[in-house]
Amino acid sequence: MNKKMSQQAKMLKEIMSYEFTAVDLNLYLDTHPCDMKALAEYNCVTHQLDILKRAYEQCYGPLAAFGSTPSQFPWMWIDEPWPWEVEF
Amino acid sequence: MWIYEKKLEYPVRVSCPNPRLAKIVLEQYGGADGEAGAANRYLTQRYMMPTGMAKGVLTDIGTEELAHWEIIATLFYKLIKDASIDQIKKAGLEDYYVNHGKDVYLQSAGGVPFTAAYFATKGDPVANLVEDMAAEQKARATYEHILTLSDDPCVNETIKFLREREVVHFQRFGEVLDNVYTFMNTKKCF
Repeated sequence: MNKKMSQQAKMLKEIMSYEFTAVDLNLYLDTHPCDMKALAEYNCVTHQLDILKRAYEQCYGPLAAFGSTPSQFPWMWIDEPWPWEVEF
Repeated sequence: MWIYEKKLEYPVRVSCPNPRLAKIVLEQYGGADGEAGAANRYLTQRYMMPTGMAKGVLTDIGTEELAHWEIIATLFYKLIKDASIDQIKKAGLEDYYVNHGKDVYLQSAGGVPFTAAYFATKGDPVANLVEDMAAEQKARATYEHILTLSDDPCVNETIKFLREREVVHFQRFGEVLDNVYTFMNTKKCF
């Protein structure tokens, strides 16, 4: 693995950990919609996640397609590695 | 609709090529209690659910199961991609390799192709949700069997994450079942 690659995996891993927190809080909030503390935590994680994703996308292209985020030139969505190819 | 995110839900690492273990994890790719069955079960059952909570949880857990399905495929891919033909033969995967090469295929570890017969829609939210709770327990048990059979600590790390998610999903479905019971009892009063 080259250096650029391992930096990409590192950034990706941080995004993954924040997004997992969001997923778990999301499921919890589905069945506890009036838990204010969990909701505040969810909103905080969502904000952090957005910052991390925008920083990642500046270097490595869109994390999601179909209009989720703008892309630099050239279209970077098709750039490798795809998720199953990333070495952690 | 769904939007794909170009990332895994949890990192996948393997120590070395291991076709024997690749075949074992296929049970959770296309087996009876695997992730494809789970995702399709929940995403198919959600339409006639009586409460917003039930529709939401089935949508969200169904979507998370798709991410788990991708994790299992990634495990298979990483365990088989650098395996030599000798290793594939020694692991007894000639019957798999002759048909699929190193591609992942939607089947159980025993070679049975995936089928919709693995899950139900009963036209009854309680019956559906109780099936979902059982499915989570069966998936947890399968992950524990995989841990018993696995000889790769890196793979175990990912499998343990997936096993833990089954426990959380079981808990959430139990809460949804309560919510649906409450809704049905309230309706009967009027």
